Amino acid sequence: MSGLQALAGASRPAAGRTREGRELHAAAGTVSKRIVVGFGFWIFLLSDIVMFSAFFATYAVLVGDTAGAPDGRQLFDLRNVELETACLLASSFTCGISSIGARLQNGLWFYGAMAATFVLGAAFLGLEIKEFAGMVARGAGPTRSAFLSAFFTLIGCHGLHITAGLMWLLTMMAQVFAKGYRADILRRVLCFNLFWHALDIIWVALFTVVYLMGVAP
Amino acid sequence: MSDTEADKVPGDVPFEEPGVAVYLIGLALAGLLSVVSFVMATTTLVWVPSIPVALAVLAIAQMGVHLVFFLHINTGPDNINNAMALAFGVLIVFLVLAGSLWIMAHLNHNMAPMSQIMQMQH
Repeated sequence: MSGLQALAGASRPAAGRTREGRELHAAAGTVSKRIVVGFGFWIFLLSDIVMFSAFFATYAVLVGDTAGAPDGRQLFDLRNVELETACLLASSFTCGISSIGARLQNGLWFYGAMAATFVLGAAFLGLEIKEFAGMVARGAGPTRSAFLSAFFTLIGCHGLHITAGLMWLLTMMAQVFAKGYRADILRRVLCFNLFWHALDIIWVALFTVVYLMGVAP
Repeated sequence: MSDTEADKVPGDVPFEEPGVAVYLIGLALAGLLSVVSFVMATTTLVWVPSIPVALAVLAIAQMGVHLVFFLHINTGPDNINNAMALAFGVLIVFLVLAGSLWIMAHLNHNMAPMSQIMQMQH
């Protein structure tokens, strides 16, 4: 982890630059800003996951209350969900590659992998919007039954997170382009990476609980 | 960049973070688990009541793969705070899910049938 400190140390005042200064810092138990920021963002992500768990609980309670409207077995198209899953998993991978690009300060890897992440994330979002539009067109919109309200809330909340993530992704590309691989910019890139990987973890729970258990015999 | 190198002191441990191989292993494992999940959901080859349990186990395994290979959460000495925060998060998620389902199932069980309630309103 002291390697991380070397990276984050660039923004530290000159007092910490001498060997004695660093040892004083270490003795006082100071950790690098990058580690503190990463940990703080990890706490935020966990609170976000707790919020999702409330939506999951709502969905699980209401899944049977279809009020005569079509249920998941009639509505869900697993082919579509397979494509969505593939897009998001691949984007998680390219996001990881972009973090290596940022660390090596290699423009080709960073911008290339970030662009690939954006394309895959946008494809995921497009597939989800297509599914939503198809369901609403069949008369199975969020106002039709308690099951559908819970479904649109849960999946839509994840979709909103993805939308916010895509905008954040473009912002990070622009900031690295404009300001270079500065320590503070790299900390933001780290947080974006954590955010994107966390969204993929939530999607694993979503496709299992909502779609696969919804159509399983 | 010379900017980031300026703070190095002799004896500093070289910068070590996961390389491409870690992400490739994660992608392969997560992809495999996803494919098995989707096959499981529609197959007729296994005992049907076991399918939801199998799906839950596969999902938890895949979330573990994501945590270890993509988010790099492990139980190493410099990572213990992250793991402790995760453990607390998992506890809260479990309480919210299990508590909600338990309470709502009991409420449902103890509530009079809907037809009876409708009669009482007249």
